[in-house]
Amino acid sequence: MGEVKLLGGLGFSPYVNRVEMALKLKGVEYEPIAEDVKNKSPLLLQHNPVHKKVPVLIHNGKGIAESLIIVEYIDQVWQEGPPILPKDPYQRAMTRFWAKFIDEKCIIATWKACCSTGEEQEKSKEESMEALKFLEDEIKGKKFFGGENIGFVDIAANFIGYWLPIISEVKGVQLITEEKFPNLWRWMNDYCNDNFVKGILPSKDALVERFKSK
Amino acid sequence: MAEVKVIGSWSSPYTRKVEMALKMKGVEYDYIEEDLKNKSPLLLQHNPIHKKVPVLLHNGKPIVESMVILEYIDEVWEGPAILPKDPYDRAMARFWVKFIDDKCIPPMWKACWSVGEEQEKLKEEAKQGLKFLENEIKGKKLFGGDNIGIVDHAANFIAYWFPITADFVGLQRLMTEEEFPNLYRWADDYCSHTFVKENLPDKDGYIAILKSRYRSIIIWHYLSLINYVTFLVRSPHAFPIYEYEFK
Repeated sequence: MGEVKLLGGLGFSPYVNRVEMALKLKGVEYEPIAEDVKNKSPLLLQHNPVHKKVPVLIHNGKGIAESLIIVEYIDQVWQEGPPILPKDPYQRAMTRFWAKFIDEKCIIATWKACCSTGEEQEKSKEESMEALKFLEDEIKGKKFFGGENIGFVDIAANFIGYWLPIISEVKGVQLITEEKFPNLWRWMNDYCNDNFVKGILPSKDALVERFKSK
Repeated sequence: MAEVKVIGSWSSPYTRKVEMALKMKGVEYDYIEEDLKNKSPLLLQHNPIHKKVPVLLHNGKPIVESMVILEYIDEVWEGPAILPKDPYDRAMARFWVKFIDDKCIPPMWKACWSVGEEQEKLKEEAKQGLKFLENEIKGKKLFGGDNIGIVDHAANFIAYWFPITADFVGLQRLMTEEEFPNLYRWADDYCSHTFVKENLPDKDGYIAILKSRYRSIIIWHYLSLINYVTFLVRSPHAFPIYEYEFK
């Protein structure tokens, strides 16, 4: 299917990790290219001149940016391999809704709840609780957000599933506990222990080191 | 394809783009106007998370978030394509939709309702975004090529609602013809397009809504001594009584 490169590969970013998950789910061979965010390569600046950020997927010389857009692209191009989004239009719409919700309402709020201070932190904690309650309801009765198998929303929620508990531990801010969010807690465990996901996540120790300095 | 309803707000660009998409596909639907100051049980039932319009109800099932709705409409109904078929072009379309929603519209809208240094900062931020759009539209009639596409719909605020709002509040020099000739030309082409023209809220009606909904912000500007003169000098028609007194 042509040459595939992933800028930002081999790093610690959950956004890059989303793309890696999608590529590996589809069994796509690709070349991961590490990117130094403090010294951006000409390749990155050429293929993502607008945001200058990773991940960028370069497929046959054409660059695609924004992690969830890249994942949808992968799903559309590589039809063999498990579907990442459902086929039914209504289910697809719901999937896109939840991925957007996670990106806009969960990630920033939970990050700030852990890493900011004072009033901003208190406000972010409240926002996080509210947002996580909706996710808790959504995962009830389902193994993964995608049903029996990992899907688009599980990929989008990778930060919640893996990065957030590590940041929480480092910063001493507990957001998702088994008492408060039993279903989300159960999903996090299933997700992180899933053989496929486990093999793609960056090392916990390395992440702990990174977050200690933030 | 049975029952289709749209819960929306008359003045909202997000509602209008959903209606335009349905019309372009030739889909019949019932429209339900929502009073955003007094949200209906129907809205709260079908969009409990965001409690916002537009909501598309298709056979009783709700879909929310205007861009998610547009993709749904494109997948369910035959008719002119809203997104391109080619995977790369689709990815690019989605990229620009996100860019417009995240990087262009928020600072443009906020700039209308701020003053002084904060406004200058927002204007600069908005211009950075518009520069990329200016480049993207060069050589194209519409963002969708020869036909209206999802990116044109995403940018409808920029084409129609923004110029009216900016003029109303006296915000100058954000999207000028000199600085953004291609975007300016696109805005004109977009607003004169058959489907679009018939589906935009009329200018006077929209201005009336701005006056009533944002009265408190206008009064805040008036009461704030430092902002008062700045605001008044730039936008006499936002406060007609002073237009009379200061003529």
